[in-house]
Amino acid sequence: MFKKLNNIGDCGIVCDFGDEVNREINTSVIKLFHHLKKEVLKGNLNGILNYTPSYNKLIINFDLEKINSSKIFDFLKSVDFSKLNLSQNSKKWTIPVCYDFEMDLENMSKTLKINKDEIINTHLNTVFFVYMVGFIPGHPFMGDLNSKLFLNRLKTPRVKIPAGSVGIVEKFCNIYPYESPGGWNIIGRTPTKLFNTQNESSPCLLSPGDSVKFKSISKKEFEKLVNE
Amino acid sequence: MSNYFFKVLRPGINTTFQDKGRFHMQHLGVTPGGCMDLKSFSIANALVGNTSNEGVLEFAYQGPLLKLIKGRTKIAITGNVLFQIIKSNQETINGECNRTYALDEGDQIDILATKQSAYGYMALEGGFDIKPFCKSVSILSRAQIGSNEGQKIKINDKINIKINSKNKKDFLTKFTKKNKSTIRVLKGPQFDYFSKESQKDFFSKEYKISNLTDRMGMRLEGTVMKNIVNTNIRSEGITKGAIQIPADGQPIILLTDYPTIGGYPKIANVTSVDYNLLIQKTPGEKIFFELIKLREAEQLYKGLLNSISEIIKNIKEIN
Repeated sequence: MFKKLNNIGDCGIVCDFGDEVNREINTSVIKLFHHLKKEVLKGNLNGILNYTPSYNKLIINFDLEKINSSKIFDFLKSVDFSKLNLSQNSKKWTIPVCYDFEMDLENMSKTLKINKDEIINTHLNTVFFVYMVGFIPGHPFMGDLNSKLFLNRLKTPRVKIPAGSVGIVEKFCNIYPYESPGGWNIIGRTPTKLFNTQNESSPCLLSPGDSVKFKSISKKEFEKLVNE
Repeated sequence: MSNYFFKVLRPGINTTFQDKGRFHMQHLGVTPGGCMDLKSFSIANALVGNTSNEGVLEFAYQGPLLKLIKGRTKIAITGNVLFQIIKSNQETINGECNRTYALDEGDQIDILATKQSAYGYMALEGGFDIKPFCKSVSILSRAQIGSNEGQKIKINDKINIKINSKNKKDFLTKFTKKNKSTIRVLKGPQFDYFSKESQKDFFSKEYKISNLTDRMGMRLEGTVMKNIVNTNIRSEGITKGAIQIPADGQPIILLTDYPTIGGYPKIANVTSVDYNLLIQKTPGEKIFFELIKLREAEQLYKGLLNSISEIIKNIKEIN
């Protein structure tokens, strides 16, 4: 359940679930997101344009010409959280990753005092939850990593990180959908496209609330999958 | 697909196809995008008799030079734009905004510059023959999404048009343009992160628009905002016109192609009514922020929509 509702600009609303970042709070955010999205797509809240979940907020954008914030507040206040469901709206994915493309395992191993294989195995054994997707198309923020792998961002971000790179910071794991600058610790690369404009009905692989497990593949398998 | 098309002889600085944007995808990281200036966009489409969300060409500063290789069309250019039509017999017509012009086969349209403004629009009767992605033709070049394979217009591109115009009548509309340096805003969700003095400064000191300004954001230079709580917040969803203050204390206004989530505190949010004015301002111009209340912002926006409807209602045939 959200703690408060606020306006943001004249065509936005923040559903504020507090300041903490954990699975429980994020799950509530995502349940509300799924419910709202379903209502909007059914045509019940004409004028709502976007609904963006993050760790502990749900931001709603709307068209001021068609609806105003007080109508949306009324809807949000009437939501019975005990009846919202997560599992039926969430998908489970297995994403292949080739750890040969790591860029930081050596340094991570030194800092964490854990050998490379154990870092990889811990990553492979984690079932990740997609907290949110964004900044750029298809970019997932996933958690929670075991605390023994907690690391900060790189002191100097890299200018260029190849598309598909898998990185970790603190308890989070992300995948870079496009070649871009970045400061995450890179442990491998996936050949899977996170955002595919050729698939117009469902261009984005991961959605907030989905779960992800990684599968280790060889360089050979990586090359094969990339060319598919 | 029709056989009528333009060829791009000069692409311009940042020429893209835009409509009102792509919605219901921000949770996947896809920003709505769409035209920067809804007013100019709407008037352009109305002049050539299009439906209100038809895709148009948006250009910034220097626009494109296009040659109509095959077909006949009618165009309208809106904004504050210097342009010429070069007929196939080399006769040159100095163009006026907010009216239509017929283009015949072999004619060129040379969009030289936007005057004291950033964005202009070219609509054509029946629209461009371009492929939408997820119900919108808007180009988000950063992510290579939208019509034209998500790319800005390039030299030698072929731009297909839907219909061969037979309509001989021309139309125009007249209205006075508003310009002001005060941009009305609402308090942002982290307004209280800033010192009392900074809050006061924000609404009294001038801010200069820097060169680091594009469809995604506008960086300002001026009095440094002092954050007394935390210079980062947990990333959260962004709204158009959000004014972020990163650690250096200089505001960044997030514009139409904003990143979908962000982790900087937001001191304020530009009102919808003043957004069209703001994005037309160019680097070096100075602005002030004025705090208003939500109900007032909602009323003012209704007023803006009504004034756009009036301008469209006043479209008249040129005799």
